[in-house]
Amino acid sequence: MTTVEPSTAPAQRDRLLRRTLRDPVAVVCLAVLGLVIAGSLAAPLLTSHDPARSVLADTLAPMSGSHPLGGDGVGRDVLARLLYGGRTSLVGGTIAVLVAFAVGAPLGLVSGFYRGWFDAVAGWIVNIIMAVPAIIVMLVVMAAVSQDLNVAMIVLGVIMAPMVFRLIRASVLAVREELYVDAARVAGLGDARIMRRHILPVVIAPSVIQATQVFALAIGIQAGLAFLGLGKASQPSWGAMLNDAFTNVYNEPMLLVWPGLAMGLTILSSSLLGNAVRDALGVAEPVVAKRRRHRAKAAGAPVADLPADRLLTVSGLCVAYGEKTVVDGVDLIVARGEVLGLVGESGSGKSQTAFSVLGLLPDQAEVTADQLSFDGKDLLGLDLADLNALRGRGIGYIPQEPMSNLDPCFRIGFQLAEPMRKHLRLSRTEARTKALELLARVGIADPERVFRSYPHQISGGMAQRVLIAGAVSCDPRLLIADEPTTALDVTVQAEVLDLMRSLQRERGMGMILVTHDFGVVADICDRVAVMQRGRIVEAAPAARIFAGPAHEYTRMLLDSTLEGGPARGPLVTPAEPVKEVTS
Amino acid sequence: MTSLLLELDDVVVEYPAKGRGKEPFRVLHGVSLSVAPGETLGLVGESGSGKTTLGRAVLGLAPVTGGEIRFEGRPVSGLGRRERRALSKDIQVVFQDPYTSLNPALTVMDILTEPLLVTGVARAEAERRVQKLLGHVHLPQDAARRLPREFSGGQRQRIAIARALCRDPRLIVCDEPVSALDLTTQARVLDLFVEIQEATGVAYLFVTHDLSVVRHISHRVAVLYRGDIVETGDAAQVTEHPEHAYTKRLLLAAPVSDPERQAQRRAERLKAAAS
Repeated sequence: MTTVEPSTAPAQRDRLLRRTLRDPVAVVCLAVLGLVIAGSLAAPLLTSHDPARSVLADTLAPMSGSHPLGGDGVGRDVLARLLYGGRTSLVGGTIAVLVAFAVGAPLGLVSGFYRGWFDAVAGWIVNIIMAVPAIIVMLVVMAAVSQDLNVAMIVLGVIMAPMVFRLIRASVLAVREELYVDAARVAGLGDARIMRRHILPVVIAPSVIQATQVFALAIGIQAGLAFLGLGKASQPSWGAMLNDAFTNVYNEPMLLVWPGLAMGLTILSSSLLGNAVRDALGVAEPVVAKRRRHRAKAAGAPVADLPADRLLTVSGLCVAYGEKTVVDGVDLIVARGEVLGLVGESGSGKSQTAFSVLGLLPDQAEVTADQLSFDGKDLLGLDLADLNALRGRGIGYIPQEPMSNLDPCFRIGFQLAEPMRKHLRLSRTEARTKALELLARVGIADPERVFRSYPHQISGGMAQRVLIAGAVSCDPRLLIADEPTTALDVTVQAEVLDLMRSLQRERGMGMILVTHDFGVVADICDRVAVMQRGRIVEAAPAARIFAGPAHEYTRMLLDSTLEGGPARGPLVTPAEPVKEVTS
Repeated sequence: MTSLLLELDDVVVEYPAKGRGKEPFRVLHGVSLSVAPGETLGLVGESGSGKTTLGRAVLGLAPVTGGEIRFEGRPVSGLGRRERRALSKDIQVVFQDPYTSLNPALTVMDILTEPLLVTGVARAEAERRVQKLLGHVHLPQDAARRLPREFSGGQRQRIAIARALCRDPRLIVCDEPVSALDLTTQARVLDLFVEIQEATGVAYLFVTHDLSVVRHISHRVAVLYRGDIVETGDAAQVTEHPEHAYTKRLLLAAPVSDPERQAQRRAERLKAAAS
């Protein structure tokens, strides 16, 4: 509930309402709540009885024309008490919600936005309030201060304020780090305006959900208090009705049904409405799992006929997400010991192509191919166990973001050694020795130290070296690298590319290097395949691509590299504004 | 002196360390540089060099604990919130990430009119100006009614540029504004930056890690290494014949898109590293 995305606010609020109303549960809940509210408001019109007046003759009266729901244990009209009691519940719930938000919301906003001492103090107070047992405090207040149930609800509101405080503070903390809040500050907006425009809208959605929950909770607690006999006798309430019904449960069990039904329905609709709003906020559409991984469209050529130096053969590969096709009939061949560059802009399908070879696409992806074979083995229709055996041993993978691909909870040594123990069946000491050798091989100066380190203790470049060590640890024949140097500094990138090249040559591995950088391609690739909108538009040896690109798109990509272009030169004269941009 | 727009004089930025009695973490160790009106100063450095922090210090978003930042000769480091807000007319920003720098819930029109409305411009006038601005950054006129997520990365960056421009600033701090974009988009957005500068005479403090980008856009280049400026000079000179060892390394490390020349450059780099 606290993880509501910042994408939920004013422009989307109407949509939120509409989306909530599309949920039949929400509509039913709103209808029930509407009925309860209408009934309570229209109580004087619906019944002429005074809910507090007892008529001895009507004691436990049966249902009749003048008493549609009969009379209770002391001769009061049940319908009147039910309708007027609804007022008490609704008012009580509303009071609790208002108080909880009036106290919790501003504190949470200010705490989250400014942090510092205010946050610390508010945090302390909130923790103390949370440590206080709510029911006992309310019992004490009702015994010592006032018999009024509404006073108890005010106290309850204060006691529930910490829930609101924490929720709002957490939401604010999440958005205040957003760049657009920085941008607003630079744009000269005051804090009040930033809060109103950029922070508050994000907080509103989770608040609505929280409010429905506080409301339901308050009604329940209020009824509990009244059931215990607290509250003024002149204040009809569902809890008091339950109390009366309880004493007469053997004579007139129906008396329990009416207040029970009213309370149950109100609380249930309120909570379910909260859930419906939350569901409407959830941006993700329900996932229709299409687990048809690697299914052949047609039988491909017999795999055994391939020339021996072909390591990977892909033909007619398609990847689709529902209606959307992201890879559209890709043919690729990687020879043993060859480095293939897969180049394209974002969204061209290059990573999707690489991932489908690894079998790493999400379940929604529908992968089909005429042929997908690795080293004489058909990859289509492999089950998960076979695929797992192949990944690591047969095909290694180097990801783009080194840091997010190391588990922060485990030492690097463990993360390196574990796959080797599993795939190569090495003993603990053998795996350790080999891991240390690998770390030394990838150019880490102090392998022992890195072996014992946690991922956050090493730099990004070092982490990428560790991942490269991991990728080659089980001697794969093919290495798939997805933008392996994009997240690194240029100087580190050069070293990492050196390392990849020397490892690749030393072990004779085939490699698919996914990249958008033609400099990287020029540095390391033997052959290049250029992708655009899910198709390969050109594939040729690297030298030929650079010397004379055949396809227009390749030419366009090559032309847009800034490298080697003329420098802008020094500022000659302080430029005078030629024209004002906005006036 | 007064001919300079922005001056940094021995600026130190430190973040307090967590825990009592620990040394604060010093990001900038006394950086001095200047930007003239209408000039682009490219600021190059690797991650962790402090280049983003320097930009944020100029914007008043990072704590300046030593030295002085002057804008048009007037000290602006350590201003109060109110004075800082007044300065926002003159100093603006374009951030790196075009996905998180625009509030996803606001329409483009709301995003762009906001800085104008706070200064008391009437809504109709603000909207008229924004329509004009959208043309300047080559976005379609109907863009105003749409939400940021309906745009590609390059287009979002154009929106961010329009937001920076809407109050006619004198200086825009550009924090890696093209590094999240595809190469083809990168070139077009850089051209837009140049075009706007030539039209309005705005100055850029252009933070980037990419030598070829900095060469394309900058009049002068400063190289930041571990919190210190190690080299300053004309763009051509710094990016072709660097003097400092670090800049040389940076230059040799940047791959060129030509296999033969790249092989040469690699050999040079390995030779330099060995010596």
